Amino acid sequence: MASVTFDHATRVYPGSETPAVDALNLEVADGEFLVLVGPSGCGKSTSLRMLAGLEDVNSGRILIGDRDVTDVQPKDRDIAMVFQNYALYPHMSVADNMGFALKIAGTPKAEIRQRVEEAAKILDLSQYLDRKPKALSGGQRQRVAMGRAIVRSPQVFLMDEPLSNLDAKLRVQTRTQIASLQRRLGVTTVYVTHDQTEALTMGDRIAVLKDGLLQQVGTPREMYDTPKNIFVAGFIGSPAMNLGQFKVADGKANLAETHIPLTREVLDSLTAEDNNEITLGFRPESLDTTTEGDVGAFPVTVDLVEELGSDAFVYGQLANKEAAQAITSGAGESQMIVRVDPRRPPLKGDTVWVKIREGEQHHFSPATGLRLPS
Amino acid sequence: MGFLLNNRVGHLLIAIMLFVAVVAVLLLIAKVADGLRGKARMPAVIAVFAGPALLMLAVGLIYPFIRTVWMSFMDARSQNFIGFDNYVTALTADASVIAFRNTFLWVILTPLLSTTIGLVYAVLIDQSRLEKAAKALLFLPMAISFVGAGIIWRFVYDYKGAGQDQIGVINALLNSVGLAPVRFLQDAPGNTIFLILVLVWIEAGFAMVILSAAIKAVPVDIIEAARLDGANSWELFRNITVPSIRPSLVVVLTTISIATLKIFDITRTMTGAQFDTQVLANQMYDQSFVFGNNGLGSAMAVFIFLLVVPLVVFNVRQMAKNREVRG
Repeated sequence: MASVTFDHATRVYPGSETPAVDALNLEVADGEFLVLVGPSGCGKSTSLRMLAGLEDVNSGRILIGDRDVTDVQPKDRDIAMVFQNYALYPHMSVADNMGFALKIAGTPKAEIRQRVEEAAKILDLSQYLDRKPKALSGGQRQRVAMGRAIVRSPQVFLMDEPLSNLDAKLRVQTRTQIASLQRRLGVTTVYVTHDQTEALTMGDRIAVLKDGLLQQVGTPREMYDTPKNIFVAGFIGSPAMNLGQFKVADGKANLAETHIPLTREVLDSLTAEDNNEITLGFRPESLDTTTEGDVGAFPVTVDLVEELGSDAFVYGQLANKEAAQAITSGAGESQMIVRVDPRRPPLKGDTVWVKIREGEQHHFSPATGLRLPS
Repeated sequence: MGFLLNNRVGHLLIAIMLFVAVVAVLLLIAKVADGLRGKARMPAVIAVFAGPALLMLAVGLIYPFIRTVWMSFMDARSQNFIGFDNYVTALTADASVIAFRNTFLWVILTPLLSTTIGLVYAVLIDQSRLEKAAKALLFLPMAISFVGAGIIWRFVYDYKGAGQDQIGVINALLNSVGLAPVRFLQDAPGNTIFLILVLVWIEAGFAMVILSAAIKAVPVDIIEAARLDGANSWELFRNITVPSIRPSLVVVLTTISIATLKIFDITRTMTGAQFDTQVLANQMYDQSFVFGNNGLGSAMAVFIFLLVVPLVVFNVRQMAKNREVRG
């Protein structure tokens, strides 16, 4: 077991000007479960493949423990990887798939058999050991891929979207299984996903990437509570955070009839480049329904109500049509999401007055996109 | 009329007219069949489209086959029934035994050498910058007919007595470094090996092209998984690449084996089956058309047929099986 360090690791694909991964600095502690998350093309898979040795590092270094592995062959890195489509050897039985690395390493047959059987027991694969991958279901194949990694007891586990080929229900199930298995084995794990829910539920820490640049690293709680910039704010959390462009005047953030008080600290940290504007972020669950006339309250026209039983989400827009397009969310242009009491949901076409709960609004500089201190 | 029959342009015109006429007749028949309605339509369409091909198969393949089998039980002039005598002769006569032995050598060595060379070559050039050029180089001999290859290599192997100017490339080279010239095509049993090398030269390109395509079809992530599992190049090749391309390997081996069983042209053009280089197909030709022993020649043909059929069946089955795995 060991820590993993990316030290200004950069990957530029031949024929491309911009790096796929740009000077990535990241430390993964021994035994930690780190999730790399971001939209497609953000460089998360490339980072993982650099760590695996399947992708060249153009500059910077990668260390496993204290060992610089930047130029070490994949086979000598002592890491195990679970691939998105599992990459099982089609001509080998499940047992041979799982024991292949040990066989290559020259482990005695009896020991291979024993370790494979142990892993199979953990993963509930014991009765499938003699089958070929073709004769297994998607979930079973996924477990074989996990088993192949476990059997080796490597220094580091790498997982490249291992759940994306499973159906929704199995994905949720396997998600918790992998997380608890990792806690039990205590092997340092780097996990790549594009699904922020997976990231929040599984990771000890999460690293968000965009365009090859590391945006923020932190615990799920930190990512949710204090996103460092507009991108992370919009990416982490489901449904996504509402983000609005407000004018700053009289110590308040103003948009049409909406006036939201700002603190001195926030006002002070705005610069000339921000042009007297501010980006406010507020999660659907940070909004309370209230009545007209309350300080900071604003009206929302309901377009659609999504009832999930435990929650209900209103998809709507600011009642003032001209100002509406200044507020966006993951749901699309000029759309805002509000979590409401599922017992008393408003109707389509209604106007509800909502207010951001005290201390739960996020302030960002429109010029830099960075979080402002509050 | 005389113009059409007496010069080349005329011949060409006749050929074109005949072609157009045949196509027109076929289209007309198809049109008539297409015009049929009701129950008669389907059988008519089948007859129109499959009929000509089936007729030609019957005339060109099935009738000759039956006649050959019948002739193999008759005497040299196909007049008296002599039972299995021809088969006994084919299996016991000295010349035939040599033909069987040599064909056996051919069938063992050619597929093995061609496939091995093709496979190693395909692996070595894979992903290299000169891959296309390197492929073309090895594949080129495939474009040459066996007779053409035989003539080329007869020059390469050519032998002149010591002290004379060697026109064969190999002997000229040997001469230039002071070694005595070698009688490549005259001295048994080496000469059969040298003939086999000519076919290997042709078939290695075929093996390489098929295997190279198969190697490229091996999923990249399986290769990557094996590399992460600690496999070095050789272990990767042995444990992942070869098992993954096994179906293609089988097809290549059987296809070359079938071609080799029927080998005739190379022996014919290079040694004329002299100097103990006789093979089954050439023996069949010699008996039937040189020595006028139709019975023995037919028996040899039946032997070749019996040897080829299992390979063909195996090959067809293997291809069907591969389709199952991939589909």
